Amino acid sequence: MSLADASTFTRRLDDLGVAVATGPPEECATMVEAAAGEPVVGVPLGRSGPEGLADSPATLPDRVETEPTTADLRAAHTGVTAASLGVAEYGSVALEADPAGTEPVSLFIDRHVVVLREADIVPDMPDAFDWLGPRARDESVDVVFATGPSATADMGGLVHGAHGPKEVHVVLLRDDDAADGPNDTPDAEAER
Amino acid sequence: MSSDAERGAGEGPEASDPDREAKAERIRELLATEGDAVAENTRGFNAGRYESTGRLDGYEALKDEARAIKEDAIERLPDLIDEVRETVEANGGTVYLADDAADANRYIREIAAERGAERAVKSKSMTSEEIEVNDALAADDVDVVETDLGEWVLQLADEEPSHIVAPAIHKSREAIAELFAERFDPDDPPETAEELTMFARERLGELIEDADLGMTGANFIAADSGTMLLVTSEGNARKTVTATDTHVAVAGVEKLVPTVEEFSPFVELIGRSGTGQDVTSYISTLTPPVDSPVPDFGSDQEPLADGSDADRDFHLVLIDNGRLAMRDDETLKETLYCIRCSACSNACGNFQSVGGHAFGGETYSGGIATGWEAGIEGLDVAAEFNDLCTGCSRCVPACPVGIDIPWINTAVRDRINRGEADPSQLDWAFEELVPDEEPGGLDLGTRLVGNYATLAEWGHKTAPVANRLANAGPVRALAERVAGIDRRRDLPEFARESLVEWFDARGGPAVPADEATREAVVYPDTATNYVDVERGKATVRALEALGVHVRVPDLPGSGRPPLSQGMVATAEAAAEDLYAGLAPHLDAGRDVVVIEPSDLATFRREYERFLPSESSERLADASYDAMEYVFGLLENGADPAGLRAPSEGTGPVASGKRIAYHPHCQARTVEVGEYATATFERLGYDVRVSDTECCGMAGSFGYKTDYYELSVDVGEPLREQFGDTDRTVVAPGTSCTEQLDALLDAAPRHPIEVIAPRG
Repeated sequence: MSLADASTFTRRLDDLGVAVATGPPEECATMVEAAAGEPVVGVPLGRSGPEGLADSPATLPDRVETEPTTADLRAAHTGVTAASLGVAEYGSVALEADPAGTEPVSLFIDRHVVVLREADIVPDMPDAFDWLGPRARDESVDVVFATGPSATADMGGLVHGAHGPKEVHVVLLRDDDAADGPNDTPDAEAER
Repeated sequence: MSSDAERGAGEGPEASDPDREAKAERIRELLATEGDAVAENTRGFNAGRYESTGRLDGYEALKDEARAIKEDAIERLPDLIDEVRETVEANGGTVYLADDAADANRYIREIAAERGAERAVKSKSMTSEEIEVNDALAADDVDVVETDLGEWVLQLADEEPSHIVAPAIHKSREAIAELFAERFDPDDPPETAEELTMFARERLGELIEDADLGMTGANFIAADSGTMLLVTSEGNARKTVTATDTHVAVAGVEKLVPTVEEFSPFVELIGRSGTGQDVTSYISTLTPPVDSPVPDFGSDQEPLADGSDADRDFHLVLIDNGRLAMRDDETLKETLYCIRCSACSNACGNFQSVGGHAFGGETYSGGIATGWEAGIEGLDVAAEFNDLCTGCSRCVPACPVGIDIPWINTAVRDRINRGEADPSQLDWAFEELVPDEEPGGLDLGTRLVGNYATLAEWGHKTAPVANRLANAGPVRALAERVAGIDRRRDLPEFARESLVEWFDARGGPAVPADEATREAVVYPDTATNYVDVERGKATVRALEALGVHVRVPDLPGSGRPPLSQGMVATAEAAAEDLYAGLAPHLDAGRDVVVIEPSDLATFRREYERFLPSESSERLADASYDAMEYVFGLLENGADPAGLRAPSEGTGPVASGKRIAYHPHCQARTVEVGEYATATFERLGYDVRVSDTECCGMAGSFGYKTDYYELSVDVGEPLREQFGDTDRTVVAPGTSCTEQLDALLDAAPRHPIEVIAPRG
């Protein structure tokens, strides 16, 4: 991942109306706290997204129900999951279906809060499919590349939240190197 | 010339062709009921496509890559089918290769019965429309619910999709609001797009929660892993798969590609091509059975993640239904490259006006539908709407996999001509007039247009008698009744002196060969030679003013008119004749300058199918659009002072300074449309270019009585753009000129007539 990719990624998300907060892994819970509505369900980091997140200082706030029942899911406003990959050119995040429920938690809600490591951003689609190919063959993964909120124009105008989330927030965990830099406080951008 | 005055003459007890009448009536009805909504949406998608592909670096390279993948995949299809069976079964799923719709439906009904399914939720899929699986399941009392919002609206309204990607674009927001109010009688009827969407989301959400079976299509399937790609923006495919424990995916065998990595170019192309989205919101790559837990909405106090994913069941139903035979058919094979993006529909002038219900075969729609319907349903179904392809070719650069859709339409039209031919008809009566290569019994209108070159020559020889006769009321009435040529159209007036005769009479070339910078043959196409001689003279003058040694030899027609009628053998013979006539000039190193853009497009696009490749390449390389040629001469140092720059001062003359230019659709496809703009601007003119895909006249299309209203409607944006202009209207195509003349009540000229020195 280059800095250029991260800035392309955030710029694309901005175009899509997706709010982005960037900060070091230690600030993850704070950033998720600010982004999540109520009630909120989630899949623990490391059980969703890359395995590396399990050992990271990044955590979710306590109020996130990480062992939801179906009723919790139905009642939830926000779902929090980690993404395995970001695609800079399109502002897409790769969400992996898993037994812990990343797919329903990121879909049957109004707001999806995505946690993603900057280190997992790749420049473009061919890179994303180069990443996916071996995993699809060896591990039979199920991945959705999600770009912005669910949308439809079938009812006579563009509307978000046709079946899936009406809004998406991305919490971007800065690389360890970059976290040493001068600007390591969370800088959540205003929601558009 | 007023055609109205002639109406009524000859009208009598003999009714017009009832088929023609019914077709015209259907088109009028669609124009009135669905035309506006379809126009707004398709033109919006089309503009979005230009914008989005314009932002993409390496768009053409990506298209080439996508095409190469499809070519390779279709070539290896039987192997890929074997491979995907292995990979899907290794993942724990099942593959069923269905011969036809009945076979597929039988299998799917068995699955539904085994699982005791009472409700199936379905994500929009053209292949499932093709096999009509909803009806098959309904026969077993399985309630099938469409979850795509547009498709659900159609299901409620009991209508067929109008568009491959956006099935309900023909319905306005008001019509949907009315439908919901009527069907559900809600206390607070939803009205805005937001309210309607949320109403649908809620209703569908409940239906999805209780569903037993989830059905999807698949945009692509990778044989190496059994991974399927599904693109949606709503998220309904995701919900359909996640919420149900049994997933049945239905896909044509042509959806297979060798590897997951090969999904990549399609992901970047499909949304851009269809609706102008860079990518759709959701690109699902599923290697089913998927790993998500099955939410048990029935006992919702259970933990969501209880490991119930083990219960998931997956069936991939691969459908042949004629596809493997299409693979062996040189013409229809290209159809299998189609990725169902709908770009050909959105780029099509006729589709923009009347939408998919006019094109509708049994399932598919738009330009590529002829190929699909011919391969899957048969020629009869394809014939119902094949005429709506005017060959304007704007879908060719739009297609992300480079399918020559007009050619498929032409070849299918040829088969229809031959299939429907009735040899018992007394065709010999026309032998003198119609020296074509086609079988007897061809529809007379088709044959007349197909033999336009002969008719025009005859008309010119007998002008002005032929002109008077052709426009006389009784003759027009007869032409309408027998050949379907609409009386409301002015017919071209034949010239008494042809371009070739004029050139010979003036003593041949004015610039001697030894003083010339280049030598060129101005091609006297049928329209220029016999009808619009002035543009031919202007071309000669412009080229000579730039120091070119010009010849205008007597040459045969290009074969474009018979090609437009699907008379392929006749067109091929014409290509051979014309090439024989041009060969000595090509040998001598002369350039070929073409005035009529459709002829140039024929040289560059279709002749490669008719001539040995060496010959067609040689002609394509040596031939130029007239304005392209002028631009090239100026670029190479010719003195622009020889051409007419904009006139100064006030009064009518000054309007010549400002130009309204309608580039020809086929000229744009072969990428020569911009040379007129560039040349005008270089000479100091101010140019405004029309942005419509095709004027709607499209050669003979606008003359046909069943399509007259449609043709005029397709040209409507031109009237909107240029109707009140004080600019000088120019258009290089003969048929565009006819249409603009009718729409604007102005007589446009060929661009070269504006810049050529006065004669």
